[in-house]
Amino acid sequence: MRHFVRRRTMLGVATLSVAALALAGCAADEEAADTSASSDSDATAEVAAGCEAYADYLGNEGESVEIYTTIIEPESTLFQESFLEFEECTGITIEWNGDQAFEEQIAVRVAGGTAPDLAIFPQPGLLASFAGDLVPASDAVSASVDSNYTADWKNYGTVDGTFYAAPLGANVKSFVWYSPKTFADNGWDIPTTWAELLTLSDEIAASDFAGNAWCAGIESGVATGWAATDWMEDLMLRFQDAATYDAWVDNSMPFNDPKVAEVIAEAGKILKNEDYVGNVSAIATTSFSEGGSGVVDGSCAMHRQASFLGGILVGDYGATVVSPEDTDVEGGISTFYFPGVSADSTPALGGGEFVGAFSDSAATQAVQLYLTSPEWNNDKAALGGWFSPNLGLDTANVADPVNAVAVEILQNATTFRFDASDLMPGEVGAGSFWTEMTAWIAEDKADQAVLDAIQATWPAS
Amino acid sequence: MRNTLWETIAPNLTLLVISLAAFAAVIYALFLIGSRASVRWQGWLRYGIFLGPAVLLLLVGLIYPALRTLWMSFMDKSSENFVGFDNYLWAFTIPEIQIVLRNTILWVIFVPLISTIIGLAIAYMTDRMKRASVIKSLIFMPMAISFVGASVIWSFVYNFEPNEDKPEIGLLNAIARGVGIEPVNFLLNPPWNTFFLIAVLIWIQTGFAMVILSAAMKNVPDEVVEAAMLDGASNWRRFIRVTLPMIRGTVVVVLTTITIATLKVFDIVRTMTGGNFQTNVIANEMYAQSFRQLNYGQGSTLAVILFIGVIPIIWYNVRQLRLERTER
Repeated sequence: MRHFVRRRTMLGVATLSVAALALAGCAADEEAADTSASSDSDATAEVAAGCEAYADYLGNEGESVEIYTTIIEPESTLFQESFLEFEECTGITIEWNGDQAFEEQIAVRVAGGTAPDLAIFPQPGLLASFAGDLVPASDAVSASVDSNYTADWKNYGTVDGTFYAAPLGANVKSFVWYSPKTFADNGWDIPTTWAELLTLSDEIAASDFAGNAWCAGIESGVATGWAATDWMEDLMLRFQDAATYDAWVDNSMPFNDPKVAEVIAEAGKILKNEDYVGNVSAIATTSFSEGGSGVVDGSCAMHRQASFLGGILVGDYGATVVSPEDTDVEGGISTFYFPGVSADSTPALGGGEFVGAFSDSAATQAVQLYLTSPEWNNDKAALGGWFSPNLGLDTANVADPVNAVAVEILQNATTFRFDASDLMPGEVGAGSFWTEMTAWIAEDKADQAVLDAIQATWPAS
Repeated sequence: MRNTLWETIAPNLTLLVISLAAFAAVIYALFLIGSRASVRWQGWLRYGIFLGPAVLLLLVGLIYPALRTLWMSFMDKSSENFVGFDNYLWAFTIPEIQIVLRNTILWVIFVPLISTIIGLAIAYMTDRMKRASVIKSLIFMPMAISFVGASVIWSFVYNFEPNEDKPEIGLLNAIARGVGIEPVNFLLNPPWNTFFLIAVLIWIQTGFAMVILSAAMKNVPDEVVEAAMLDGASNWRRFIRVTLPMIRGTVVVVLTTITIATLKVFDIVRTMTGGNFQTNVIANEMYAQSFRQLNYGQGSTLAVILFIGVIPIIWYNVRQLRLERTER
C-alpha cells in the first residue's frame, strides 16, 4: 500500500499554532461550565440518571484529555459526537487534536516535553519507536483488550513484551468485489476456499459470460505495483502460517525463499492467467481504480481490492454498494471474503490504529479504557462510515454492507496481519516490491528473478 | 477555528515590507561608501559590490551543494558512514540501474539529433517562404506546454484499452482499430516504449531548434546564397555547402542546449510510466532513491554520474563559443 509523507509549510505551523491556542481557550471555558454543572455530584461518584453505563470512568471531573491523531475533519466530527455522552457523565473533556502532519509532529512534541495525553498511531511501527516514552496500559485497559479483541491485535500494541496501546479503528483488504446480480443471474456460488475460487474462475472462463473472470489494475503513477503487493500479502497469509509471514516481513526469511516462490506462483495462477484476466500485461497500465470498474459494467466477474474501492466505484463509475442478498440491483456491487486454503482457515489482512498514552493520569486511563469498550465501539459504528476489530461490535450497528462484511472477517479471523509492504523498509516496501511486481506482470519477468531482485535491494543493516 | 485571509497574509506581508526596506538600506549604504571612497579604491569596490553577491550566491547555492553531493555519494544511505566506492559499484553492476544508464544514453543520442535535424529542415524549408510564421508558430507551440502537460497529452495519444468492448480513447490505437490493425500497448514493451517517450521530448524541442536555427539562417547574407544559385548549385548543395557551414556555431549551441535538457529529463518519464517497464532514466531514479527510499548515498551517486555526463558537453560548448569569438 502506498505511503504518503506529508510536509507542512511554515504557514501551516503558524495557522495550526493559532488554532491550537484557540482550542485551548475554548476548552478552558467548557471546563469551567462543566465543573459548575457537576458540582452536585461528589467524589464518591454518585451516578447521575442516564449515566449508569459510565460508572467505571467516574471520579475525574474537570479533567481534560488531549487526543492527538491523524484523523481530521470530516471524520473527526463523528468521533467528537460519539464522546458527548461520556463527557457529560464523567466530566472529562476530550480535546480532539487532528493533524495531518502527525507522523512528523509526534516526535517533535514528545522530544519537546509537550507530548499529548493520548496519541492515535496509524501503524504499529511508529508506535514501537515511542516505546520508551509511552506509559504502559493500565491493568483495566489490558484486561478489556484481552476480552474484546483477538490476541493479534493486542500483539500489535505490544512492544518488547509490554502492552502499551489499545486498538481503535480498522480497515480490511481481504475482499473480492463482485456483482451479486451477475452471480445470481449466472448461478455462481460464493467460493469458500482457494481451490473453489480457481474452479469458479475456470467455470466463468469456460461459460458464455461476456466478460473475463477477473479484472485487475495496478497502475498508480509512481506507486504503480502496490495493488499487486496486496495480492502477495493476502496469499502469503493463506499459504504460509503467521510466523512465516512475520519472518518474511522482517527478512529473517529471505524474500527469495522457496516459500515465497510458492506464493507468487499461486498469485500467478490468477493474475498471469490470460484465460482469467484477458490481456495480462495491460494490467500494468490499467489504473487501480479503473481495474475495479469491470465489476460494475459486467466486463469481469471478480476483483480483489481493499474496502476503500467501494467509494471510488460509487463516485466515479455509478455503482451502488448493496448487501450480498440484493441480487436484482443493476450495477450493484458487494464483497465476499478472499478465501483461504480451507474453509476454516480465515486469516485477515488489513490495518488499524492504536491508542497509546503519554500521561498516567486517571482521566487519560479512563478515556483509553472507554475506547476499548464494546459500548463505545457500537455507538461510534452506529454513526456510520467506521468499524473496529472490537469483538463486541454488533454488525447490526454497521450500516454499510461492505463494512459489515469487514467486521465479520475481522471477528472470524484466525489470524490478523498488517499490510507487509507498509512494515518493510522503504527500499523494498515502497520501492523494489512495487517495481518488481510491476515487471512480473508487465514484462512477464520470471517468479524467481522477481524475488531475487527484491531480496537484492533489502538494506544490509 | 479558522484564520481570516488577512490574519494569514499579514505576517508575510510585514516580512516582505521589512526585507524590501532592508534591501534598499543595504544598497543605499553601498552607494554611499562607493561615492565617498578614494579613486584608487573605487575600482576594487566596484568589483566587490557587483561580483560579491553573485560569488556568495554561487558558493551557497551551487559550489557547496555540489561538493556536499559528491561527499554524500561516498557515504551510506543516511550519510553517516563512509562506504568508499560501494555506491558507484552498485550503480554500474545492478541490472536495473544499467537499464537506467542505457536509457539515458538513448535519450541523449536521439533527442538532440532528431529534434535538431527536423528543426533544421523546417527552418531551411520555411526560410524565404511567404507566411512562414503560421507554420513556425504551430511548430513552436509545444515549447509553451509544460513537460507534465505534454506527457498527459501524449498519454492519451498512446492509451491502450485492453477490453475490445469498451471504446478506445487512445488516439493512435483508435486509428489502428478503425483501420483494422491490432492495437499496441505503446508504453509497455521495452525497448520501444523508451522511443515513444523520446518522441514526446522531440515534439517539444523541435520548435526550439527551429526558431534558433531559422534566426541564424536569416543572418546568412543574400549575396552568398545568390552567388551559389548563379553558380548552378542545387538546393541540397546550397544547404550543405553554404547555409550549414555558415550557421555551424548555432547548430552546436542548439545541439548542446538540447542535450543538457535531455540529460535532466524527469517529468516525462515520471508522468507517463513512473519509470516502470524499463523506461527509467537517471534523473527519475535519482529522485526515487533520494526522496522516496531516503537512500541519500545512492541518490547522490546518480547525481554525480549525471554531473560528470554534462561536463564534456559544457566544455565543448564553451570551447566552441571561444573559437567563434576569435574568428570574428
